[in-house]
Amino acid sequence: MNASINWPGVWAIFHHEMMRFFRTIWQSMASPVVSTVLYFVVFGAAIGGRIQSVEGVPYGAFIVPGLMMLTVLQQSVSNASFGIYFPKFSGTIYEYLVSPVGWIEVTMGFVGAAAAKAMLIALIILGTSFFFVGVHILHPFWMLAFLFLTALGFSLLGFIIGLWAKSFEQLQIIPMMVITPLVFLGGAFYSANMLPPFWEAVAKLNPVLYLISGFRWSFFGLADVPVGVSLMAVALMVGVCFAIIRWIFATGWRLRE
Amino acid sequence: MAGIIEIDNLSKQYGSGTKALSNVSMSIEEGEIIALLGPNGAGKTTLISIICGLVEASSGSVSVGGHDLRKEWRAARKLIGLVPQEIALEPFEKVINCVRFTRGLYGEKPDEAYIEQVLRSLALWDKRDAATRELSGGMKRRVLIAKALSHRPKVLFLDEPTAGVDVALRREMWQVVEQLRKDGVTIILTTHYLEEAEEMADRIGVINHGQLLLVKSKDELMGEFGKKTLTIEVDAPLEAIPSGLAGRGLVLSQDGSCISYEYDTRAERTGIARLLGDLATNGITVRDVSTRQSSLEEVFMSLVESDKSEDAA
Repeated sequence: MNASINWPGVWAIFHHEMMRFFRTIWQSMASPVVSTVLYFVVFGAAIGGRIQSVEGVPYGAFIVPGLMMLTVLQQSVSNASFGIYFPKFSGTIYEYLVSPVGWIEVTMGFVGAAAAKAMLIALIILGTSFFFVGVHILHPFWMLAFLFLTALGFSLLGFIIGLWAKSFEQLQIIPMMVITPLVFLGGAFYSANMLPPFWEAVAKLNPVLYLISGFRWSFFGLADVPVGVSLMAVALMVGVCFAIIRWIFATGWRLRE
Repeated sequence: MAGIIEIDNLSKQYGSGTKALSNVSMSIEEGEIIALLGPNGAGKTTLISIICGLVEASSGSVSVGGHDLRKEWRAARKLIGLVPQEIALEPFEKVINCVRFTRGLYGEKPDEAYIEQVLRSLALWDKRDAATRELSGGMKRRVLIAKALSHRPKVLFLDEPTAGVDVALRREMWQVVEQLRKDGVTIILTTHYLEEAEEMADRIGVINHGQLLLVKSKDELMGEFGKKTLTIEVDAPLEAIPSGLAGRGLVLSQDGSCISYEYDTRAERTGIARLLGDLATNGITVRDVSTRQSSLEEVFMSLVESDKSEDAA
């Protein structure tokens, strides 16, 4: 049995996490939708009035992939980090440590649920954007693939943050101090090509730029960096996060004594 | 025949240097109830935590149902249910969902009939749709038991099951354990309450300073370490023990109406018949006699005390 995966265990965790999401459906759904509408009003209508188009794409439509990415990143990290931190906080983490589920089942359950929630909200935002701007998706398959890989990568990152955190303050500090700035500086609302050469070079050190760029390419065929590089970046992130999680469970760091 | 749990030379030293367990070995038979007794910090919870997977042992091995805890951890863990010392439940989750969730974690398919049976047996069926935060402390503890039983474990660990609960609830908990014994579940419990061990356990293990001092059947332990006290009520109060009765450790009560005589139940001759004869010879008329067995508490204290004095030596 050691070699095979405990699928009912994975489903139990996934289902439990999704049920919590649906229990607080208004909180989960309404808040990102309202934020998105505000972004459209502020960036789309106010600024969009001054910037007619970016590389031939109307500004309102241009920011849609960035807004979706912003939401996916924030939701993936917060759902996954809270999902695993809460059992640590309430003491129910013991159940995961004594039952026949290993790191792979726990990760699949929590990360799978966090990524699913983030993707669902991103798609709702896409739906909302149709009310404001006309958006045409050039490569729908790649759009979903980027969405999935990004949600997976950042849910894995959030899961690590949740495992590491010892308090609610620690749980919030990385999303607040690192991820949100990276998204805003990662070209969610502009193209890196619009920056002066020096800042464009600096911006290219930001890993989030590669995600947004790849995602925007799937919509409009426009990219700040080659799509292959974007895919490599997100695949690398997924691989590194998996390795870290495996190490945490193997050593029991912050989990068992 | 090997027991359902085999513990071999188990030791645990924490990172801080604290040695919580030292070379503990024991075998637990299927279907028995074993109580682990010991003062705070003795190593009881560490022992349970290692077997359940919460703590990594520094050395030694454990097998559950013939499955090595390290190599075949999934198969070993499937056989175990744990009721932790601290009440830990998702506050906003319904009782029935908590139990369903644990069953799923153990890789079992949904079985609503069995979950109903477990909840009914723990008097929780009427509360199945209540959020756990709405329950009383006793009910929460029963939810923990229901969760631990959700996958039909062969071995159930109860870590201080009645810590901080009132007397009525403690009795209720004992009834639950008695029912589980009838169902053939092997139970390992830790407790501070000697009364609890005396009431429920077949065998008792005493742990102190991380060492297993002994594991014996309750009756054997009481017989081996238990002393009996014979109390003799005399017809006329005495001023002192007559010199003819000296050297037997007799104690006279303050009002002179009772003589106490402590004897060893294992001794070939208890000396009771001779004492009664000598009382008559000394002109003392006996009105009544009674005996009292020393409680497990006294046995436990004497074991722990002798362990302390050995340490001091």
